[in-house]
Order: sequence, then C-alpha cells, then structure tokens
Amino acid sequence: MSTTVAGALFALSLVVAIAVVYRPLGDHMHRVYAGTRHSRFEKVLYRLIGVRPDAEQSWGVYARSVLAFSVVSVLFVYLLQRVQNHLMLSLGFKPVASDQAWNTAISFVTNTNWQSYSGETTMGYIVQMSGLAVQNFVSAAVGMAVAIALVRGFARTKTDRLGNFWVDLTRGTIRILLPIAFVGALVLVAGGLIQNFGSGHDVTTLAGQAQHITGGPVASQEVIKELGTNGGGFYNANSAHPFENAATWTNWFEIFLILCIPFSLCRTFGRIVGQNRQGYAIVSVMATLAVISLVLTNVFQLMHHGTVPMAAGGAMEGVETRFGVSNSATFATATTLTSTGAVDSFHDSYTSLGGMMTMFNMMLGEVAPGGTGSGLYGMLVLAVITVFVAGLMVGRTPEYLGKKIGAREMKFASMYFLTTPMLVLFATGLGLALNAGREGMLNGGAHGLSEVLYAFTSASNNNGSAFAGLSANTTFYNTATGLCMAFGRFVPIVFVLALAGSLAKQGSTPESDGTLPTHRPQFVGLVAGVTLVLVALTFLPALALGPLAEGMH
Amino acid sequence: MRIPSWIRQHLAAVRALLVLTVVLGVAYPLAVWGVAQVPGLRSHAQGSLVSADGRTAGSSLIGQSYTDKLGNPIKKYFQSRPSAAGDGYDPTATSASNLGPEDIVDTLPDPKLVAADKTDENAKTSLLTTVCTRSKAVGELEGVDGSRPFCAKDSGVGAVLAVFGDRDRRGGVPHPTRVVSVNEEEGVVRAPFVASYDGVKVELAKYGEDYSKGLIVPVKGDAPNKPAVPADAVTASGSGLDPHISPAYAKIQVKRVAEARHADVAAVRKVLDEHTGGRDLGFMGEPRVNVLELNLALDRKFPVQ
Repeated sequence: MSTTVAGALFALSLVVAIAVVYRPLGDHMHRVYAGTRHSRFEKVLYRLIGVRPDAEQSWGVYARSVLAFSVVSVLFVYLLQRVQNHLMLSLGFKPVASDQAWNTAISFVTNTNWQSYSGETTMGYIVQMSGLAVQNFVSAAVGMAVAIALVRGFARTKTDRLGNFWVDLTRGTIRILLPIAFVGALVLVAGGLIQNFGSGHDVTTLAGQAQHITGGPVASQEVIKELGTNGGGFYNANSAHPFENAATWTNWFEIFLILCIPFSLCRTFGRIVGQNRQGYAIVSVMATLAVISLVLTNVFQLMHHGTVPMAAGGAMEGVETRFGVSNSATFATATTLTSTGAVDSFHDSYTSLGGMMTMFNMMLGEVAPGGTGSGLYGMLVLAVITVFVAGLMVGRTPEYLGKKIGAREMKFASMYFLTTPMLVLFATGLGLALNAGREGMLNGGAHGLSEVLYAFTSASNNNGSAFAGLSANTTFYNTATGLCMAFGRFVPIVFVLALAGSLAKQGSTPESDGTLPTHRPQFVGLVAGVTLVLVALTFLPALALGPLAEGMH
Repeated sequence: MRIPSWIRQHLAAVRALLVLTVVLGVAYPLAVWGVAQVPGLRSHAQGSLVSADGRTAGSSLIGQSYTDKLGNPIKKYFQSRPSAAGDGYDPTATSASNLGPEDIVDTLPDPKLVAADKTDENAKTSLLTTVCTRSKAVGELEGVDGSRPFCAKDSGVGAVLAVFGDRDRRGGVPHPTRVVSVNEEEGVVRAPFVASYDGVKVELAKYGEDYSKGLIVPVKGDAPNKPAVPADAVTASGSGLDPHISPAYAKIQVKRVAEARHADVAAVRKVLDEHTGGRDLGFMGEPRVNVLELNLALDRKFPVQ
C-alpha cells in the first residue's frame, strides 16, 4: 500500500469513528446538561463548594462565576509552581521563575497550554498532576459550560436565567470528561504510555553511554490533554515523545480524543434547541472546513516542496518514523483546527505551505471544530453573523432559531469576532518592532516572521502549539503571550454570555416565509464562506509576508 | 452579617478548585496508576524497560545513539536517526531542531579557528548543510552514493549561490555581475561546486562578508531525486528519541554490520526482517525497525567484543 493511500485510510477511519460517536456522545452530553437530578456524589461536592445547585444564574452572575473561578485557578497554579521545591515529588526542581510561572498559569487556565517551559526539566509531578492536569479538566469544562449557556440562550424564552455555572462545571467534569479520561488513560498505558511516580531510571546504553529514562504520571495527563483540547505536554517534545505517544494506534486514538467532544457538541446543541437538523448543519460547516484543510495539509506535506524537504527526499525533519509524514500532517490539522496545540511533529520544520495551513487553521478562530465548547460557541457566533449578512443581502429578517438578530446581538457578535484578530495583529506588530521580540527568532527572514506570527496567533486563539524555534521563555514573550491568552479567552467569553443573556430575554419568533432556513446546505455553504472571507480579509496580508513569501518561488 | 456577592463567588471558586483538585489531581492519577499495576500493563507503566546481560539497557520505546566516545558510529550496531535532544537521545532534553524548510545559508566559522581545530561559537550551520553533511557521512560509512539534490558533491555542504546584479520586476537577476557560493568557505573548500553561473565565475565565500543583498539561489544539481540514503537518515526526529528507523535505512546498514560481526550478510538480513514491522492494521503509521531491539538480538546471536 502506498503512503498516500495508507494516509488517506488513516484520515478516513477517523472521520468514520467521529461519525459513529456523534450521536451517542452528543446525546449523553445533552442528558448531562439538561438533567435535573443530582447524584449523591455531586450533592456532596455542591455542599463542599457551598452552592445551591438548583439556583440558576443570570448572564452577569454566570460570567462573574467563570471569571472568579479562573482568577482563583491562575493564582493557585502560579503558587504551586512558585513553591514546588517544598512539595513532594518535585524531582529537586527549583521554583519556576515568576514570569514563566505567570505565563504557564494563564496558559493552562485559558485552555491554551502554550509552553514556554520544558516539562522534563522544569515541572515536578505535583505541579503537573495537581496543578496543570486539573486545569486540563476544568478549563475544558468551563468552555463547555459557556457553550451550553449560549445554547440555552437560543432555546429559552423570556427569562434572564442561563443555568448554574457551578453545576455545569461539576457535571461536565465528573460525568463527561472524567469517565472518558479514566478509560482512555488505561488504553494509552496498554499502548506503552507510562504511569508511575518514580524519578526515572539511570541506564547504561548498548554503546556504554549513560541515559536517564524519565518517569511520571504521563498517561493520566496525556488523555485529558487531548480530550479537553488542551495540548500542554508532559515533556518538551509533547506528543512526539514515545512516552506520550508510543504507537501508531495511540496516535490515532489521541487524534480521536481531540476531535470527539468538539464535533459531538453540535448534537447536544441540536437536542437542546429541539431540532437535530440544526446540529447537523453546524457540524457540516465544521466538517467541510476540516476536511478541506486536512486534504491540503496532507498534500503540501507529501509533495514536500521547498529546498530542505526536497534535499532530504521527504518532509521528515521533526517527524517521527512510526507516524510518518501523512499521519503527522493529520495530527497537525486536528490539533490546530481544535484549540489543542499538542504536536506529534514539529510545525516549524514543515514545508512553507504545510506550515501555513497550521497557522490558517488557527486563524479560522478555532471553530472547525474548535476547542471543547469554545468551538461550538465560536461557530454559533459566526452563524449569527452569517444570518445577519444574508439578511442584508436578500432583504430577509435576520433570525436564527426563532431569535431576532438585532443591533444589540450583532454588537456582541462582532466584538467577539474582532477580539482575536486585534490581539494577533497588534501583538505580532509589536513583536516585530521591538528588539526583545526579534531576538527570539531562531530562523531568519520570512520564516522568522512566521515564528512570531504563529506565536501570537496560537496564544490569542488559545491553541498553544508553536513554531517552536522561537525562544519563548523571555520576559517579553512570557508577558505578551500571557496577556494575549488571557484576553483571547475571557473577552470573547463575556461577549458570548452577554449574547446568550440577550437572546434568552427575547420571546420566540415563529418561522415565516421571510425566515432564512438554517438547516439546508445553502446555509452551511454561507457560514463556511463567511468564515473563510472574514479570515482571509483579516490575515492574508500577514500570511503574505511570512509563509506565502517563503513558499512561493 | 451578609457576605457581599462578589466575595461569596470567590469563596465558592476557591472551594470548587480545592475539591476538584482532590478529585482530579490526586485521586484520579492514583486510580489510573493503581489499575495500571495489573500484569500486562505494569511493565508499560514503568517505561517498557529492556535488559541485556542482567542489567537494564534502556527502554524499547526510547532510542539510543550507537556511537563511541568521539561520536563515531560503532560499526557492529545499526545506527539510529540524527537527534536534536541534547547531545543526542537525551530524555532530559527532548527536542526537535525546529529549523525551517528554507534554512539554507550557513553563518561561516572563522577559518583561523577551524585550522586550529576549534569551534567558532558564532558560526551556525543551516539545516540544508546539516542534511548534506549527514548524507555524505552515511554514504561513506555504508558504501553507498551519499549525494542529494541541493547538496555540493565534494564539500558536502548546501549548494547555494548568492547572485548579485540589478533586479528585474519579478525580483530575479537577469544579468549577474557577481556570484558567490555562500556555504563554501575560502581556506576550507578548494573550489566551488560549480565553476560558473550564467557566464559569471563563481567565487568562494569569505569569512565575515555579508551576502544578504544577493539573490539566494539553491542549485539542485544532478543528484537523483530519490537518493540512496533515505530521508530519515538525514533528518532529526520530533522528539529526538525516535526508537525507529525506516526499513530502507536499515537495509543499507546490513553489509557493514555483518562485516563488523564477522557474520553472514544473509543471516543479519534475516534478523533484520524479523524486526521489521509493517503498518499497524495495514494502514496506520509507516513500516519501521526498532533499532534497540534489533541490536540486542544481534548481540545475542552474533556476539563480538
């Protein structure tokens, strides 16, 4: 079998697997968020947290709860890193420097998992499993909670109540993420991932050299890193490391974990608004964009244009033998289309156009299918914009799911969309203008610009992958990417919740002849088109200076 | 006394985080660890360690370098891929090179330091030259053609020219006035890889001169598009710990390993075949050879001092 055919089958089998779990997983998540009963364990948790689970919140209170939880999380993760030398299982590592600790805390709380540190030499096991891995769970659950709150905004009428954040957070964590993570972690151990608390083994290799085989609770962290679209690796080499991704099929399984929740949430959306076909429409938009990107990335990588890839005879720099070029390109597509940012191969060494695709995927705004929860709310905001644009073009009333899209809704939607491009372009400009920014580049010329552009695109979109040649552990990059991550996460969340509040207050407008149907292929095409046009208009100039300039000869 | 709502929220947040940290950050990883103690999973959870002569010799998942103290390949062992992890295959410094696809111009070392056998801290070898140098070395070690596209045959560096002259509208240089082979240094290399370009004599590069104004032109040359030395032999992996090589790279090493072990070539090839794995389920990943397992098998079957 040729590499191309095998690579295509690999991707196809993933598509089939996601299609198979779409309904059962989506329905399960619907039951979780729509249910009214609390399990005994959950009741204990609510008592410990000190909240009344049946008291619902308005959008403002919901948003403040999200922010309060996130602020507390940042402080906690920051503190853990700063005192890690006093903790058990610290492996003798020093406290993390303050700018790096702040960057890492923000990074994990915002579901970005940008890493300016190298795991194997910086973080003890307590920081990894009780600080970082916990945020892997809860930051994903926060994203899902916000998405569900927005969907409730569409589904409910004449109310200011959007649900209870603490309940949504607890249920998402305990009933969705934790069971899948537990089983998945054991599956990964079966594939060869490690799960121990030892400090590793010093061995003498066949050639008589010393080698330190590292230890750590890797499997339990790896699985939620993918499932929660987080991406922060236990080790510097992330999912390229054999202890994080041991076999070809663990590679498949990790991609599956990345994609399963973001896609299936569309089903949950359809169930909550009471029309499954609306879920299918949204998932079709995501799938269309994802498949196009998947094919292009694979083609660019397998054709291996560019001087070094042609000299090498394949784009194998930064790629593991067991995965090969095609499976690595598929992983790269999945990780950048969702807000994951885990890598099983190094994008900095990709062909110019293959590397551009990974950047373009993030610039789509992490909506195809995007992060856990954040992908769905991002796509719904784009659907709102599309309804409005379509309404302007053909003179129909802008309505979506029985809600009028008026000036107030459009203000929130546009501000949501504008936040990330502003952060990306402003910060990239600043990075290129300042010496402190330029000094971080490893590669010269257009590729150096790509490194900086990639860094801020990744941070602002809460992705977390990198053109890793950039020396990101400097005060400038730790501070600047930290700010981009924080604003890129929480400003949009506030706009989304405000939008949800505004929608929930409305009554339901019955469908009329003037209503644009939002479940037909026409609408799918429109949303995909609006997404592409918006992104292209925003980022094409920047891409032209970086990867396009490098890749076009 | 009523607690203001913004403080109540933060209290709830603190309590929620602490409760969830106990469940997700302590109980969950311990539970996974506990279940992973069952036979079958335990050895994996510990790191898939392998032993030889009664001692632990490494992990079957983590690659090793098979070089002597000077960094020269040990001939009785199949060689791993190049590695960017520390000094090579260092699990405490996992890394890729992160060099880009158009990283093709070297920053040349001071020839005085080169003559004195010292390293110049400011010099930087481009990814292209690194690939070319590795290919030449592997070719010489295994007795196969080490030439590659865009590589200078004799000097073994990246074949790249800086072309000077007036630019046309598309940025090209139709009438060059001066051409320099930027990666071949005067005093180190005797003659450039190509004598003339567009009728202009090609010069060697001089230390300290700036060629960034010229148009950078990589020259493909006449090397075969599919070189005898495969791609994985000249590129660093993502983790720097890649335990595998491609069957193609293993194949060109058989003769040398057999000679070093005074063994029959066919017998070594048979051991190699036993350790060559295809794609999992027929379509996942790529065919590959686990180098440590192969070398251990050879040590058992054809021991040499």
